[in-house]
This record gives sequence, structure tokens and C-alpha cells, in this order.
Amino acid sequence: MKMKLSNEDISSVRVRQIERISGEDVRKCYQCGNCSGGCPVSFEMEIPPSQVVRFLQLGRVDEVMAANSMWVCVGCLQCYSRCPKGVSVAAMLEALRQTVLRKGEDFEKIKDLPYPFLKKAPQQALVCGFRKFVS
Amino acid sequence: MPRIGVFVCQCGNNIASTVDTKKVAGEMSKLPGVVFTCDYKFMCSSPGQEMLKQAIKENKLDGVIVSACSPHMHEKTFRKASEAAGLNPYQCEITNIREQCSWVHHDKTRATGTVKSIDLTRMTIERLKRNKPLKKIKIPVRKKALVIGGGIAGIQAALDIAEGGRDVILVEKEPSIGGNMARLSETFPTMDCSQCILTPKMVEAELNERITLYTYSEVEKVDGYIGNFTVQIRRKSKYVDEDRCTGCGECIEKCPFKVESQFELNLTKRKVIYTPFPQSVPNVPVIDAPNCPKIQKDKCGACAIACGPKCIDFKMQDKIVTEEVGAIVVATGYQLMPNERFGEYGYGRIKDVISGMQFERLASSSGPTGGEIRRPSDGKVPQSVVFIQCVGSRDEKKGVSYCSKVCCMYTAKHTMLYSHKVHGGQAYVFYMDIRSGGKRYEEFVRKAIEHDNAMYLRGRVSRVYEKDGRVVVQGADTLSGSQVEIEADMVVLATAIVSREGADTLAQRLGIGYDKDKFYNEYHPKLRPVETVTAGIFLAGTCMGPMDIPESVAQGSAAASKVLALFSADEMAREPITSVVNRATCNACWDCLTACPYSAIERESVKDRQGNIVRWLAKVNEGVCQGCGVCVAACRSKSIDLRGYTDEQVYAAINAF
Ligand SMILES: Cc1cc2nc3c(=O)[nH]c(=O)nc-3n(C[C@H](O)[C@H](O)[C@H](O)COP(=O)(O)OP(=O)(O)OC[C@H]3O[C@@H](n4cnc5c(N)ncnc54)[C@H](O)[C@@H]3O)c2cc1C
Ligand code: SF4
Ligand code: SF4
Ligand code: SF4
Ligand code: SF4
Repeated sequence: MKMKLSNEDISSVRVRQIERISGEDVRKCYQCGNCSGGCPVSFEMEIPPSQVVRFLQLGRVDEVMAANSMWVCVGCLQCYSRCPKGVSVAAMLEALRQTVLRKGEDFEKIKDLPYPFLKKAPQQALVCGFRKFVS
Repeated sequence: MPRIGVFVCQCGNNIASTVDTKKVAGEMSKLPGVVFTCDYKFMCSSPGQEMLKQAIKENKLDGVIVSACSPHMHEKTFRKASEAAGLNPYQCEITNIREQCSWVHHDKTRATGTVKSIDLTRMTIERLKRNKPLKKIKIPVRKKALVIGGGIAGIQAALDIAEGGRDVILVEKEPSIGGNMARLSETFPTMDCSQCILTPKMVEAELNERITLYTYSEVEKVDGYIGNFTVQIRRKSKYVDEDRCTGCGECIEKCPFKVESQFELNLTKRKVIYTPFPQSVPNVPVIDAPNCPKIQKDKCGACAIACGPKCIDFKMQDKIVTEEVGAIVVATGYQLMPNERFGEYGYGRIKDVISGMQFERLASSSGPTGGEIRRPSDGKVPQSVVFIQCVGSRDEKKGVSYCSKVCCMYTAKHTMLYSHKVHGGQAYVFYMDIRSGGKRYEEFVRKAIEHDNAMYLRGRVSRVYEKDGRVVVQGADTLSGSQVEIEADMVVLATAIVSREGADTLAQRLGIGYDKDKFYNEYHPKLRPVETVTAGIFLAGTCMGPMDIPESVAQGSAAASKVLALFSADEMAREPITSVVNRATCNACWDCLTACPYSAIERESVKDRQGNIVRWLAKVNEGVCQGCGVCVAACRSKSIDLRGYTDEQVYAAINAF
């Protein structure tokens, strides 16, 4: 795809906001790809973890928002524990989720979830899922 | 009957894995004249050498052969050991049974390596039987050095040689020493100002009593050999008497004509009588003769009127000076690939596309903008600047195949300088790889990105064009997999570092080698990095290939220490493997003279009692002869022989095969 890049993209307010919520600095990532290499679910992501950071560096928040990556992330923190620069993609993905959830639009109530589903799902999935979708 | 000893080395497993060394030794013991043989794990080790010495003494050997690795490796070691045991060192010969024998064979069972080792050793024995004891050649050393090129590498070499108590002549072709470093603003990775660290060294070189500065000068001719070079230097006419000029600058002030300044890379103009930059050393102006109307058509002369001490002479001529030196350091540096070669980047067509070196001048407080970053077209402060790396470098098709090594670092430096000078300005960098090997270099680049906010994009730029007063850059970012378009105010190209124009001519004059890119060749890239194949000529700095200031300085010092080591004795010893002319049969056809690649053959006249020349003869200058043997092959009357490799010896070796 073609991208027009300008000073405004690099100093994007929306990226700064994600940095504020996550406590991360997107510039620290040097695109080694370790996070994408180790992430247990990156094969399911439309944009793998390292590229999520790259898009944020380039100010391309819309594309990150539209991708399934932040919802697929299981919050295992593998990316953070392996990152040689100490960057937490997990925290950035969480911040991205927060920006959506805080709008209160696409909200799931636990009690609305079908009981058979809750019974079948593994414990870890529930904990992680509730954290992700309900906060 | 000769008494020869043969020592076969196993070299751990290097030789022994494919050669049966015991068998080689056994076979040799059957040959006439061989009185001692053995094989051993490491002949070069101390016990190995001791064994050699003891065998020489106990068996009264008059010649030894070590069948081992290449003579390049341990010939010296074994000759020294033989000498210590009382043998003439040239009665010790090496048979190479490793590099071209054991290493190229696969297994011991087929015994091919063993057979070859036996053949080779037998051949050496026959050659050795006809050896004559030789003595090292002593040649006197003139303890004065010549340094060609007054960049940082050459300055450092000259200072160190002078510090070591030897006289130095420093030849620089420009009106001032300093080289490319004088153009730089601040320097990575510590960001000290280039002038502040360079000018003290320049002044030191000027004031040092042991250093003679010849600026605006070039080496025209080099004759002689290590310890004894004769050099002709052309001192171009400055049209200003250097001894009387006070450097007041009145002449420059009064000169009414201006031309583009090469030092400022055409970013501004200078006068026709000029010093390249304010801190020039020496601080003596020169007249740019082709542009001076007084010299060309006898009009003007304003400078001469202004000059108080009356030291301007429009009739001044070039001078040739001859100097005798013992060693030469070549430090002629680099230049940048002309950006015009890259039409797609718009250099020369779009005013706001400049080179990295031009950016240095913009950022320099002594530069044309006084250190403010202003673009050339309209003098505006650019709010976005795109830096393009690897322009011409790593480009086999249109540029050079190698990496220019310093541009990753100076581009990071440029982004920092820019962000410090233009608040709110955004730097973009297109790169292929970031090469920041060096002490604190990686940290430096990360700082440019993480602290000074440079936006790095991984990809090459394919097109740069102008649109509504802005420069549009089209490239790629392979990390996000996208094509990128940036509308910028200015573009800076990190152009390839290439060898100096005329580097090949100088090399031919000096008799040193150069590579496909016309960078000078070191004797050995790892182990003899500042020597050349021509003894007595050393290298320092970027004339050898791209490198940064710390490396150039280190090489300057390294070359100086080589020179000082050479000067530490009054005479130097040379290997006696040189050719000799048979005066009875030489018929002066001069085939040898044209064949010798080192110009070691001279014409000698034979005179009668009245002093009339009756005959001419070829004569070998032992100081210059490298023992290559080309003359031996060229001589039609078989009048030249190479010591240690005489025809008789070589034929005997062949017959033994
Ligand atoms: C844009 C740019 C920025 C850089 N920034 C940095 C930096 O921040 N830090 C860093 O460490 N390095 C930097 N470098 C690299 C640095 O410029 C070089 O490492 C250094 O200048 C090399 O010095 P030198 O003496 O080998 O060569 P040069 O500086 O080229 O000096 C050679 C001298 O020899 C003279 N000469 C040439 N031919 C002859 C001849 N035939 N006879 C007599 N004299 C002759 C020349 O006139 C010149 O004065 C930068 C390079 C570039 C292009
Ligand atoms: S925290 Fe999320 S992005 Fe990071 S490794 Fe785990 S699943 Fe992947
Ligand atoms: S591991 Fe860290 S530095 Fe490497 S790509 Fe992922 S976030 Fe960036
Ligand atoms: S006016 Fe004369 S003394 Fe002054 S700088 Fe010029 S040449 Fe030298
Ligand atoms: S130093 Fe960097 S910019 Fe320069 S050629 Fe090498 S990789 Fe390219």
C-alpha cells in the first residue's frame, strides 16, 4: 500500500495517547521481530505484534484499530519477556483495547454470556477474556 | 660429502592426517648426503627448535631442511635457530608440504600426500646441496620521512614521527592542511566540534621544528628504495611570498572578484586571492591563477597594492625541490562520489537536494550560514529533512560495491544536529541497514532515534522530484511493507566515499598497489595493515578505504611507529635473495632493465685507463631488488642468476623429481 508520511504522522496525538496509557515509548522498538517470533497467537493476527509497533511509529493508528491483533492477543506477556529493548507490545495492545472499551460501545456483560460456553471454556481463557473484553 | 639433516613436521594433524611423516623421514635417510632425519609433532615449538639446534651440533650438519608449512610462516624461525647453532642461516631451507600438499589431499590411505612430500623434500635436498652461504645485505638509512597528504591521518603521522625525534616533510596539495575533517561540523560519536579538535593539531604541525610543511605542493617523482628515496616535489606558485606574508588578510579584503568556493562545496563564493577557511595552516593566501585577471590579462592588481609587506608577486613560478628521505607515508585520503551520477535523486537539478558534506558546512558555525540550517534555494529553515543513506554505496550497477562505512554514523549525527538546531523539525532517514559497529556507536544511533526523534524508514529511495517548492521523496518502508511518499523541504544524500582522483597515478609513481576501486593495498589486510609491498612505503587513513577519524588517526600513529622502527638503526639488513649479473657475459641488451618491475637494474659503464667508456653492463641495485627473478627469465645470454635460486640449483631440483 502507499503511505504519505508527514511530520503530523510522526507526532500523532493518538499515538502519544496510547503511549500515555501503556507507559511505553514506541520509538524504543528497533523492529527485531522477536515479539512476533514468540507470540503464541501471532499467526492468527492480521498485523503481528512487531508490526503493530511499526504502524504506531508511523502514526498509522487506524490500521491497527481495524486489525484483529489486539483482540487475538492472550496477554501472556511472552513478547515483553523476550524483547531485548524492554518494550511491552502487550501493554500497547492493552492500551489499544482500552481506547475502544472506554468508549463503552462494543461492551460484553458476563452475565449475558451463554452458560454452556462459560462451562466449556478453559479457565485461562476466561480470566484473560474477561480482563480483555470487560474492563 | 655434504652432511644434511631433514626434519619432517606433523603440524599436529595438519600434515600428519594425510602425510605419513615417518615414512617421508625414512625415505630421505636413504639419500646420499643425508645423515640425520626425524619427524616431530610441532617443529616450530621451542622443543622442536631445540631439537634442530642439537641435531646440527651433534651431527655436524652443514645444511638442514624442514619439511613443514609455507616458508612465509616459519622460514625465519628455522633460519634463526640454525644460525644459533652455528650454521649459515641460508643453509636452512623449507619444503612446503602443508599448504600445497597435505591440505589438498583427502586421506592418508591413498598415500598421495606422502608420495608428493617425498618428491618435494628430495628436490629441496638437491637444491640445498648447491646452496652457497649468503650474508644479509646492509643498506644505510636516511632518517627523514616524507608524508604525502595533510589530512588528519597525515598530520598524526607527521606529529608522531617528529615526536620520535626525526625530521618530516609534510606535502599537501591544497593551500592548507586539514583535509576533509576541516569541513566537518561536529563529529560522532562524542559530538566534539571538528575544528576544535583538529586546529590544535594543525598548528602543532606548523610550529614543530622537525616538520617542514609544503602546502600547495605535489610529489612529482620518486626514485630509490627503502632508506634511500629521492623525491621531487612541485611547489606550485602561490604568488605570495610565504616567508614575508603576515596573514593580515588585506589582500583578500581588497580583491574585487569572487568565484565558487571548493572548500564550501559551492555553497558560497570566495575571493580570487584566498585562504580556504579562516583557520588555514599556513595562514597565507594563494592566488587562484586561472581566475585572476591580473595574471591572465594584466588587469587589476588590487591585492598587491593593499599588501603592506609587498609580498605579492604575479610573476612567481612553480619550484621543484628535491628531497632525500628514508621512508614515505601515503595519506592522501578520499573524496565523495559526485552526486550528479544519481539523476533520480535530482542533485544539481533540485537546489534543495544537497550532499552530506554540504550539510556539514550548513551545520558548521564557520560555514556559509554561520551554523543555521537553511536550505539553499530560498534560505528558509526546513521543517522536514529527508536523509538518504547508501547513495552510490552498495550499488553494484551504478555506484560502488562496498559500504562507505561512515555514512550511517554521520547521518545519525546529522539528524541530531538538525533536531538540536531546528526545534519541531522532523528528520526522516531512508536506510538499508544501520551499520554502527564501534565503541558507543550503536548507542549513538539509538539516541538519534529514541531521544532526538529521527524517523528511520527501512528502504531505498527510488525517486526525488520537485512539487510546489517542496521536494517529494518516494521510497519504501519494508518494515510495514508500504510505499512511502514524503513531501520534504530539503533532501540530504549520504554519497559514497571513493578514492581520490589521480590516486592511481600517484600509486604508479610510488610503485604501490591498488584495488579495483583504486584504494591502496596494504601488505596484509590483517597482520600488516599499514605497510605496502614496496618496502619503506607506508599507508594511513582513507586512501586505503572508507574509515572514520579514530581509525585514520590510529593508522597515522601506526605508520609513524613503523617509520620510527625503521629509523632506529643506522643500517638495515635485507634478505640477500637478490639477482647478480655475470659481468663476463652480459652484453647490455637491457632486456632485464625493461623487465624488472621494481626498477632495480641500473646501467654501469666500464672505463679504460683514459676514462673512455668501453663497455656497458647491467648492475643490480641490491637495495631495490626484491628477488622476483623476472630478469633471470628475461636475460637472453643467461647472464643473471638469483642468489639461493640459481639455474644450477633449480635444474638440480627438477632433475631430482
Ligand atoms: C559527510 C561526512 C561526515 C563525516 N563525519 C565524521 C564524523 O563525525 N566522525 C568521524 O570520525 N568521521 C567522520 N567522517 C569521516 C572523516 O571525514 C574521515 O575519516 C577523515 O577525514 C579521513 O582523514 P584522512 O586524513 O584519511 O583523509 P582526508 O581528510 O581526505 O585528507 C587527505 C589529504 O591529502 C591531501 N592530498 C590528496 N592527494 C594528495 C596528493 N597527491 N599530494 C598531496 N596531498 C594530497 C588532500 O588535499 C587532503 O588534505 C565523515 C565523512 C563525511 C563524508
Ligand atoms: S502478550 Fe499478546 S502480543 Fe504479546 S506474546 Fe502474548 S499474545 Fe502475543
Ligand atoms: S521484540 Fe521488542 S524491539 Fe523487537 S520488534 Fe518486538 S517490540 Fe520491537
Ligand atoms: S596583504 Fe600581504 S601580508 Fe597580508 S595576507 Fe595578503 S599577502 Fe599576506
Ligand atoms: S555506512 Fe551505512 S549508509 Fe553508508 S554505505 Fe554503509 S550501510 Fe550504507
